[in-house]
Order: sequence, then structure tokens, then C-alpha cells
Amino acid sequence: MTEPIRITPPFTSADIDKLKAGDNVLITGVIYTARDAAHKRLIALLDKGEKLPFDLKGQVIYYVGPTPAKPGQVIGSAGPTTSGRMDAYTPRLLELGLKATLGKGQRSEEVLDAMKKHKAVYMAAVGGAAALISKCIKKAEIIAYDDLGAEAIRRLEVVDFPAIVVNDSMGGDLFTQGTQKYRKAV
Amino acid sequence: MRTIQTTEIIEKVRKLCINAAYYLEDDVVAAIRSAVKAEESPLGKSSLGQIIENFEIAGKEDLPICQDTGIAVFFVEYGREAHINGPLEEAINEGVRQGYKDGYLRKSVCHPLTRLNTNDNTPAIIHISMTEGDKIKIKLAPKGAGSENMSKLAMLKPADGIDGIKKFVVETVKNAGGNPCPPIIVGVGIGGNFEKCAILSKKALLRHIGSPNPDNALRELEQNLHTAINNLGIGTMGFGGTVTALAVHIEAHPCHIASLPVAVNIQCHASRHKEVII
Repeated sequence: MTEPIRITPPFTSADIDKLKAGDNVLITGVIYTARDAAHKRLIALLDKGEKLPFDLKGQVIYYVGPTPAKPGQVIGSAGPTTSGRMDAYTPRLLELGLKATLGKGQRSEEVLDAMKKHKAVYMAAVGGAAALISKCIKKAEIIAYDDLGAEAIRRLEVVDFPAIVVNDSMGGDLFTQGTQKYRKAV
Repeated sequence: MRTIQTTEIIEKVRKLCINAAYYLEDDVVAAIRSAVKAEESPLGKSSLGQIIENFEIAGKEDLPICQDTGIAVFFVEYGREAHINGPLEEAINEGVRQGYKDGYLRKSVCHPLTRLNTNDNTPAIIHISMTEGDKIKIKLAPKGAGSENMSKLAMLKPADGIDGIKKFVVETVKNAGGNPCPPIIVGVGIGGNFEKCAILSKKALLRHIGSPNPDNALRELEQNLHTAINNLGIGTMGFGGTVTALAVHIEAHPCHIASLPVAVNIQCHASRHKEVII
């Protein structure tokens, strides 16, 4: 396995082109959370021609709905959710400059095509490693849709958040490569 | 007749919800520790290492193992000589309400169309069966959506036979890929009818991991399916690897001469379950 690459958003297209499927990365800096309900509202805003609650340019969206923070905690357990549920919304956000998405599981062909076109990457964190990941989150602040609770949009400050590049901007795909490598003929 | 107070049921269910979310059962811990040894992919090994580190932190610091603390699914065995001094389902739901609040667990239940959250994780899914004795056994298996969403049911033709069952189970796991958080446990229900085989597949997930079905033919099918699934190469989180499933459990029931229902219920590696006998 490769040594981890340290990355900090916001990213330029040149930053993104350096990342390859299978790379181990450690993210430090600001990332934003959004899942099903928040994405629906973001797209509704775009349809009305209104401004989004945060500037997408160069940013990372982390698909997560954390547990409530216990007293003294920055955030509750906060592992990745299934990214595929956001596929319907993602190409539109990539078009507006979103550079990376972070979740678990596979993406649709439409999202993969949009990532190549707009120079973006898709990264996965280890699903279920929610207590461990919460330790990398040093600050969490709700910036929109407080009424959505776990699904509100949060601005997170993270240090050394562990992730794997699954789909790079050149079409590289860890899921396909990894599965082919270990598949055994029946 | 022995009388059981609903207050006792509420308190026991409250604790079950919290304990299931924080502390992984020994059989699951053992299965994941064996998987890290068996896995050939370095990335798979390191990801399983994170999974182990995670449940160790969760257990030590009383934190939810996964942020998806699930919809609460109960299997209740109600001894016919036990008398409860109030409505059982209401008591269970009150226990869920208190447990999810007091344990700082995520409330993940909403109206299917409006998507409005009930904000207390109720109603729970409750299956009740009658049994002998004067006790009540309550088994809780909170279920996350990542793996539940990848589950499938097929009404096969009798002509499809064992090969058809194998094909359907393996295809379901293959299509799920990394979505359900592998290494997974695969619960398979065979026979019964439409709803019976779904319940059987869920019940199969509650078996002690790796405990074989006592029936020879079913045990052999479990082993064949386990090998075929691991041969897919999906691995931990779909990153590629030799361990895709920790176990395959099958439960079967007689069915109509014209039917062959098969249900595949997929469970993520964070297989949380706890039980209490009152």
C-alpha cells in the first residue's frame, strides 16, 4: 500500500489530476457535510437561481449524518453514508466547481463522466468506522438547514481524515481494479 | 401466571438500544479479527484494522460504533404463562424512545413520503411469537440502511432449483459491491411465501456468526455460497480483497408446489444485536 498523501482543500484541477485511484490520502482543513435531504434543498435553490449556503468552488462534500454529540464532544460518531443516493444531484454540483466527494460505495456512470469532465475525484472512507473518524473532526458548525438535524449542512474542520481515492479524474476506478485483482474464477 | 411490569420492559429495552449501539457482540468481534488474518489485500487489511480500532474505541468510550444506529428491529418470544400489565408494543417503543435519546443515538425513522423525521426513532419493527414458559425474550437487532437497501427478494420458479438460488444470491451480493459495508453477513431465506422468506432471511442474520445450519443440504449450500461470494473479489468496502462475507446463513421453510421464494438480507460488518430475558 502506498504512503498517505496529505491534501488540503480547496483544490484546483491541477491538484485533482495528481490524485490516482487507490491513493491513500489524509485530508486536513475544511470540508462540508450534506446528504439526501440537504442535497434536495441545494438543487431546489439552484433551480430557483438562488445562492447556495456555501461556495462549492474547490470544495469537498462529505456524505454523513452524525449521531448527536455527547456533552463535551465536537461531534458524534460520523462515518460515511452510501454515496449512490446522491448520484442524482452530484453532476450539477460538480459543474459548479465542487472538486471532491467523500462517502462509501459506488457512483453512477453519470457521476463518473461528470468527474472526468469537470476534473473531480471521489474518495471513500471506511464505512462503520464512525467513532474513529469522529476523532479527526476538531470543529463542527451547522451552517444551513438546522431543522434537518443529522442531515443539516455542517462545516467541519478535520485533521488527517483517512480516505482512499476510488475514482480519479482520468477514469481510474479502484473498485473495478481491486475486484479484478482478487476475483477468482468459479 | 407471572406478571411482568411494562416499566421493567421499558428500562430493559432502553438499555438494549444503547448497549447494541456501543458494544459489539463477541461473535462479530471474533469474525472480524479472523477476517483481518485471512484477507490478502494490504488495503483490505488496513481497512479492517480501522474497523477493529473503531469498535475498540466505541466500546471503551461508550460511543456508537456507526453513525447509522439503525431502525430498531425486535424479535420477541412471549412465554404463554407470562402476563404483562400493559401493552407490549407501546412499552417497547417507549424503551426505544428513551434509549435513542439517552444514548445520543441518531434518530433515523421518517414518514416514507413526506420524509418528516419522527424524531424519536419510533416506531420500531416488532415481531412477536408465542412460546412456552413464563418469560419474555427480547432480541434487538438495530439495522442500518446501507446494507438493508442492498437486500432483495425473488419469487423463483421451482425449475430454477438450487442453481437458481445460488445465482440470485451471488448476483445480489455482486451488485451490492461496496455499498453495504463489506465484509458482510448474508442472511438467506428460502421457501415459505413472499413475506415468510423475508422474515427468514432476517432471522438468519441473528444466528451466532458462522454457526452452520443443522440440515446437511443447507449447510453445504451455505459453504458453497460463502466460497462463491468471497471469490467475487469485492473485499472490505469494495476496495478489492479475498474476504467479502464473514458468513452465509440460510433458513428454510416449506413452500407452495408452484413457488420458490428466496430472500437475501445483507448485514454490514457492524452487526449489532443484543438480547434480554425478562
